[in-house]
Amino acid sequence: MKNASAWFAALGGALVLGTMVWSEVIVQQPDKKEGKVIVTYWEKWTNFEADAMRVVVEEFNRSQDKIYVEYLSVSNVSNKTMLSTAGGIPPDVAGLFGGNIAQYASNGAVMPLDELAKEAGIERQQYIPVYWNMCTYRGKLWALPTTPASTALHYNKGILEEAGLDPNKPPTTIEELDEMDAKILKRDASGKIVKMGFLPTEPGWWPWSWPSFFGGSLWNGYDKITMATPENVRAYEWVRSYTKRYGLGTVQAFQQGFGGFDSPQNGFLDNKLASVIQGVWMYNFITKHNPEMKWAAVPFPHPADRPDKANTTVIDLDVLVIPRGAKHPKEAFEFIKFVQSQKGMELLCLGQKKHSPLIKVSDEFIQAHPNPYVMLFAQQALSVNAASPPKTPIWPQWGDEIKTALEKINTDPNLSVKDALLAVEQKMQIQLDRVLESERKLGILPEDGSRPSEDQL
Amino acid sequence: MAKMGQSERRQALAGVLFAMPYLIGFSVFLAIPLLTSLYNSFTEYSVLREPVWIGVRNYADVFKDELFYKSLGNTLFFAAFSIPLSTIMAIALAMLLNTKVRGQAFYRTFFFLPSLVPAVPMAILWLYLFNGDFGIVNAVLKIPYGALGLEPPNWLSSVDHAKNVLITMSVWTVGNAMIIYLAGLQEIPQQLYEASDLDGASPWQKTKNVTIPLLSPVIMFNVLMGIIGSLQYFTQAYVLFPGGAPARSTYMYSMYIYDTAFRDLRMGYASALGWVMFVIILTLTFTAFRFFDKKVHYEG
Repeated sequence: MKNASAWFAALGGALVLGTMVWSEVIVQQPDKKEGKVIVTYWEKWTNFEADAMRVVVEEFNRSQDKIYVEYLSVSNVSNKTMLSTAGGIPPDVAGLFGGNIAQYASNGAVMPLDELAKEAGIERQQYIPVYWNMCTYRGKLWALPTTPASTALHYNKGILEEAGLDPNKPPTTIEELDEMDAKILKRDASGKIVKMGFLPTEPGWWPWSWPSFFGGSLWNGYDKITMATPENVRAYEWVRSYTKRYGLGTVQAFQQGFGGFDSPQNGFLDNKLASVIQGVWMYNFITKHNPEMKWAAVPFPHPADRPDKANTTVIDLDVLVIPRGAKHPKEAFEFIKFVQSQKGMELLCLGQKKHSPLIKVSDEFIQAHPNPYVMLFAQQALSVNAASPPKTPIWPQWGDEIKTALEKINTDPNLSVKDALLAVEQKMQIQLDRVLESERKLGILPEDGSRPSEDQL
Repeated sequence: MAKMGQSERRQALAGVLFAMPYLIGFSVFLAIPLLTSLYNSFTEYSVLREPVWIGVRNYADVFKDELFYKSLGNTLFFAAFSIPLSTIMAIALAMLLNTKVRGQAFYRTFFFLPSLVPAVPMAILWLYLFNGDFGIVNAVLKIPYGALGLEPPNWLSSVDHAKNVLITMSVWTVGNAMIIYLAGLQEIPQQLYEASDLDGASPWQKTKNVTIPLLSPVIMFNVLMGIIGSLQYFTQAYVLFPGGAPARSTYMYSMYIYDTAFRDLRMGYASALGWVMFVIILTLTFTAFRFFDKKVHYEG
């Protein structure tokens, strides 16, 4: 009996040990495949966007015989990259969001790419400035672009016509936009809104960006958050003017009638909303869900008294990084370099039907591009009023605070916009101060507290 | 102390070996992470860099944090309505399902079914039911509201009503508690009911004086589990109301911990939030325990 229990325990122990070793074997995948170095690449995209990158990856794998890129579509990619980096088993390349870079760079979670880029002949001048700038933090290069996006006002010509408006004369100022909305607005017998010209909270993806359109800014670019400037207050007052004018409940009910973004019930694609601020990708969804729609894209309107704010656009960017502790950084960069070549980039951006982040674009790219407005988006990105989110590690939290503040402003007609913005400012300034302090301690910033030069921000 | 003989030592060794899988599991998956998070709660820790000791600053920050009170308030509000409502619902259902009717097994399965629906699809389903434009809830409510000349609320985007959606959803999934109550009901000796019948007790009197007292240990168990579960409420709220929208009226405490840890990379502060919640749950459970202890009727 004693013997039996000892055997049993030994067997159990061996099983546990075996499982541990086995799981380790699974995790430690072979480094090489048919003599090639395997580079693992995690990317956020799914669907046709993932397919576009798969074509580029296959092209790269065919182009040489030393490196094999293993491409994996991963959900929630920034969290998984973060955790795997902390655990010491990151992928060799990760496709993150432009807004993640400061957070990752400040935490030393990604490799600086300056040296590798220099060797490969990749330089700032080759890129549309706003996109390159999003890839840098504190004077170093941490990422390189994949597909970029800028935004414009997309409008439905058919609805403008129905309302007796000239479909070839879209609004150019905020005031004209409001007028257009007033003319298009339709209610049914019960008072329910069934059609609107514009609605600032649809889709409401960039609540932080409204100040840019009114000449405001969220901070001084380094150490001072300025949420409650008169321009910013004006911007959010304007956003709220829509729910104030038509009634909160009525607008909410109208908006709840919209289905998901990528569905035929999308308010704009369902001909319920005449215009919407959207990115270069919107073309894909129009052709998918409402190919009959007669539409156009134009720069988003500016306030009549701020003509200097014409061509304001919201910038979004997807990027490639090499996480800290990646096993094959050199080989990983070979792949990134391939994506950055004009050929690789145009293959990817054409596949995703976006514009290229590179300054140089081939004629074939423009001709083959199905989006008739693709050059508008490229030009918008070159505008001096191209607005990208603040480069700071606290941005994810800060952005969420702004989103919540706007929700509060929108749902409470009596709330002081200034107070709501001040609350965000006070809360986030504390966090910003702490981040700057720890960056000083880590030597990322000069210890004397002086403001670094523009290119070191 | 007497020296252990050889065979006793062998037995002791076998005992330790048998307990080993649990002991290893407990320390690796529970004790070490627990102690690490306690340590982290006194540090500034982004997960990606080494933690930096900052003393009690995180705890001091917690009590000054407006979002801490907001999310805790939301969570307690949810618990305060969800626990009593689900308890009443579960007991009522269990009592109905305990009556001897035809198709008893069918009804029992039927009322348990909602609990088998995974949290995410269920949340999506309720999203449609409560939609302010085409939702079936408002289609029905339109009749009484319309009679009063009112519009039914926009459940999902109204700051005042969004929490009610979560509470309603929680009452819908009382199946697990219901099964436990049902088991508890079947434990109640039949002769007590027979005796009360002889004494001419009404159904209400039987419920009040026989069923509830004899069911009280089960009620206590379910309420305690309910307190713990609802204070950790996460999934449905996270799916239905991303970021606690509208205006953080549905922002639950565990969502705040999650965002702080994994979006803001402030694991130290998130750990502190977690430990504060632990103390709150411990206190509430202990209080509930003391409260019940005087009321619970233990058979035999």
